[in-house]
Amino acid sequence: MVCVMPSIPTNADARPKADSAPILSVRDLSVDFKLEHGWVRAVDGVSFEVRRGEVLGIVGESGSGKSQILMAAMGLTAINGKCSGSVQFEGEEILNATPERLDKIRGSSLSMIFQDPMTSLNPYMRVQGQLAEVLTAHQGKSRKEAIEIAIELLERVRIPDARRRIQLYPHEFSGGMRQRVMIAMALLCRPALLFADEPTTALDVTVQAQILQLLGELVRDLNAAVVIVTHDLGVIARLCDRVIVLYGGRIMEQAAIDDLFETPRHPYSQGLMAATPRLDDDVAHDLRTIPGAPRALMGKIGGCPFAPRCDRRIARCTEETPALLPAPGARAAACHLVVPPRIG
Amino acid sequence: MSDLAAGTAPPLEAAPVVGLSPFKASWRRFSRNKLAVGSMVILALIGIACYGGPWLFPFGPEDADFDNISAPVKLFSLHPFGTDEFGRDLLLRVLDGGQVSLGVGFVGAFAAVIIGVIYGATAGYVGGRLDNVLMRTVDVLYGIPYFFLVVLINLVVGRTTAGLFVSIVVVLWLTPAVIARGQAVSLRHREFVDAARAGGMTEWQIILQHIVPNSLNVVIVYSSLLVLEVIITESFLSFLGLGIQPPASSWGSLIDTGARAIENDPRLLLLPGSFLAATLFCLNFIADGLRDAFDPNER
Amino acid sequence: MAETLLSVSDLKVHFPLGKGLFGGAAGVVKAVDGISFDLKPGETLGIVGESGCGKSTLGRAILRLTKATEGRVVWMGQDMFGLDKTTLRKARRDLQIIFQDPLASLDPRMTIGAIIARPLKTFYPDLGKAEIDKRVKDSMSQVGLAPEMLRRYPHEFSGGQCQRIGIARAIILRPKLIVCDEPVSALDVSIQAQIINLLRKLQAELGLSLLFISHNLSVVRHISHRVMVLYLGKVMEIAERDVFYANPMHPYSKALISAIPLPNPKLERARAHILLQGDLPSPIKPPEGCRFCTRCPMATDHCHVVEPPLTPRADGRLVACHYA
Repeated sequence: MVCVMPSIPTNADARPKADSAPILSVRDLSVDFKLEHGWVRAVDGVSFEVRRGEVLGIVGESGSGKSQILMAAMGLTAINGKCSGSVQFEGEEILNATPERLDKIRGSSLSMIFQDPMTSLNPYMRVQGQLAEVLTAHQGKSRKEAIEIAIELLERVRIPDARRRIQLYPHEFSGGMRQRVMIAMALLCRPALLFADEPTTALDVTVQAQILQLLGELVRDLNAAVVIVTHDLGVIARLCDRVIVLYGGRIMEQAAIDDLFETPRHPYSQGLMAATPRLDDDVAHDLRTIPGAPRALMGKIGGCPFAPRCDRRIARCTEETPALLPAPGARAAACHLVVPPRIG
Repeated sequence: MSDLAAGTAPPLEAAPVVGLSPFKASWRRFSRNKLAVGSMVILALIGIACYGGPWLFPFGPEDADFDNISAPVKLFSLHPFGTDEFGRDLLLRVLDGGQVSLGVGFVGAFAAVIIGVIYGATAGYVGGRLDNVLMRTVDVLYGIPYFFLVVLINLVVGRTTAGLFVSIVVVLWLTPAVIARGQAVSLRHREFVDAARAGGMTEWQIILQHIVPNSLNVVIVYSSLLVLEVIITESFLSFLGLGIQPPASSWGSLIDTGARAIENDPRLLLLPGSFLAATLFCLNFIADGLRDAFDPNER
Repeated sequence: MAETLLSVSDLKVHFPLGKGLFGGAAGVVKAVDGISFDLKPGETLGIVGESGCGKSTLGRAILRLTKATEGRVVWMGQDMFGLDKTTLRKARRDLQIIFQDPLASLDPRMTIGAIIARPLKTFYPDLGKAEIDKRVKDSMSQVGLAPEMLRRYPHEFSGGQCQRIGIARAIILRPKLIVCDEPVSALDVSIQAQIINLLRKLQAELGLSLLFISHNLSVVRHISHRVMVLYLGKVMEIAERDVFYANPMHPYSKALISAIPLPNPKLERARAHILLQGDLPSPIKPPEGCRFCTRCPMATDHCHVVEPPLTPRADGRLVACHYA
């Protein structure tokens, strides 16, 4: 009826060793959108890598461009968008690849979970059909075989009475169940890389806890690489090994999970941590806020995108865009005030 | 982020202090549609010609010029498009008829919209039994054969322009009512309506100040074709002899006359026909433009 | 002397579901099914729960924006449900609401100045334009909006600013109670913090009482004096804030707090997580006995049969559980 889970190691220290070659390598990715009065840059020169067995979190608020990074990698950018840079998956360049090539890898080796399960599940098709479709299309299985595999996977994601439930339509499932179905669908072909775009944001807190638990287990089982995009620092803390902090389409800071939460270096990371209400805060004091509001980039901005809201900005911040400078301990920060210690 | 993919811009930092109302924004979109704006210009010219033109003629539409019976087209003469078999100037008759057609068209549509919107918005917002009663009445009226109604009204009011006007409006207010009701039903659950109720506004205040203005978008889109409908309806009725009676004329009655004389003098048909066709084309393009500019779903 | 400002007794809000085969109701959604609590002046009660618990419906029913099926709400000594339309409208002066979707709560066709002034014009139709202007600008300054913006339209503002506009509208009549229906759920974290701080400030400055409805326990903790936990339309626990968060008693409260992922990786790893099985039951057919019995780690046969009453405990809190 309930599980009281002991501490589940969801982080790298307990996971099977990550492979050394990155499965996903993003270099200088930029995404621009054509609007009524000109181009807007949503993602600006983002670079990162993910290895198998590793969970990378991308955290940012609205307008940060975090979802667009996943869309670009999956080839799902809207029609008025233009992507530049490089996204290499298993050594192959997939950014702006042909639809045929993308169709082959999407759903099989590269898969995505969305925030709203209703939009990725066809409301007019039984769940059975949608799941079987993935297997027959990508792995050439017969329909009967496909259905058996699908039922197994539904049981694995803890949908009770899976054999009967698989015949239902998506709207006949509750929110949490639908999310599990979507996770099952994403994992059917045992992908090497999984993208998750705000996978638990639309769920109730107790259901979220179940789904986070499930994701952690499944990822360990598959030894998959995962890139998870969210605005929730708690979700990041629960699931991720490394984190990228995104603002205005640029990476502000990048670090291993413990490092980021213990010693955030970038003023935005610090502000975000301070602004998040916690159960162990001192409530006598107001939350420390970041003044202003997050904005999408309009046209070309000189300088650091966070400068308008930063309380520690100097003249240089509005003139020169800070580069992402690496520091020891696999960290990096893009801020003129954060000077990495000299190496050697 | 879906804002970007949809092509709408996020709010600007240094915008002017007087804001851009959604209405103004829609008009700006409309003004970028060259076909629609062009059509408005042409329609305006037709309107000016019909209402202002007759003043330029030294005679009236019924005045027979016995010296110039069935005169041919001579563009820079006293009778630019000639006369009919009674010596009446054709152009003047068409312009004069245009006054009725356009007048009944625009005023009729306007009246139908006003009546329909208030009726429908009230029904939709209040809901419950009132909604039921009001909308079932609409259903019944929809079911009555149109001509039956028109003939009845004509008999009662008499075969005048006023009678025509009433019979058209009586039927055409139904569609705006249904649309406004639909809008009101979806609006009444919107949070700003709740906020208005929480702020102590009476139901009537809410209907007039919140529901109706927010329905205008959709009503404009659907009703933009209403003017067209009214003009066609009037023309058709007059063509059938049920509408405007001589000596008054409208394009419809002129077309009726012209159709009968088509073998003898095609001008009698072509002139009013062209004006009517041009007007209808313009109205169509304007309606398209309005729909593109005002329909929230199209954006 | 803290008198009770608001007293809710056994409030029920049931929504009939369509028509059954022979005209009777096909089913009933028991959104709120017997909730009672009191509120003092200047106090903030945090109302928490997940979807289907009835928290939003509760807020609306108290303000009579939604029709209640049963129960009593006594506001400043008056029986809210017995009021006729005119007296109810007058009472609305002291009862205001702010909504979850900031943009949707503003009429897109009105300037924000007009939106904020609207309640003033409704209740004080004789106020001169200059006076209205002044009060609107004061309200805007109080919530941190530049007064020059009053001729702009809602779609020209960000989410956080729209919420400030909503708050400005709510406070312009100097109400005694504001129902806050998930006011920060749709906002970014950094903006959320600004709005929470603003509400705290206004509460202190204006002596407001707040009914703060939210699913986010961390946010509720920053603004509430007491916390009420709802599940499927019923109260599971009501307690003083510090007492509650230090030691939640009801098994559901415990599960809720345990489920929140902490922004602290080391703590997260070390923590024991209580995971509930299954999903929330439907409010159309709630379980017999205790509403929580189908998912409760401590449920016994007794729980499936007899519904536990809300009883006071030693430290002053109220808990509805046979065993906690």
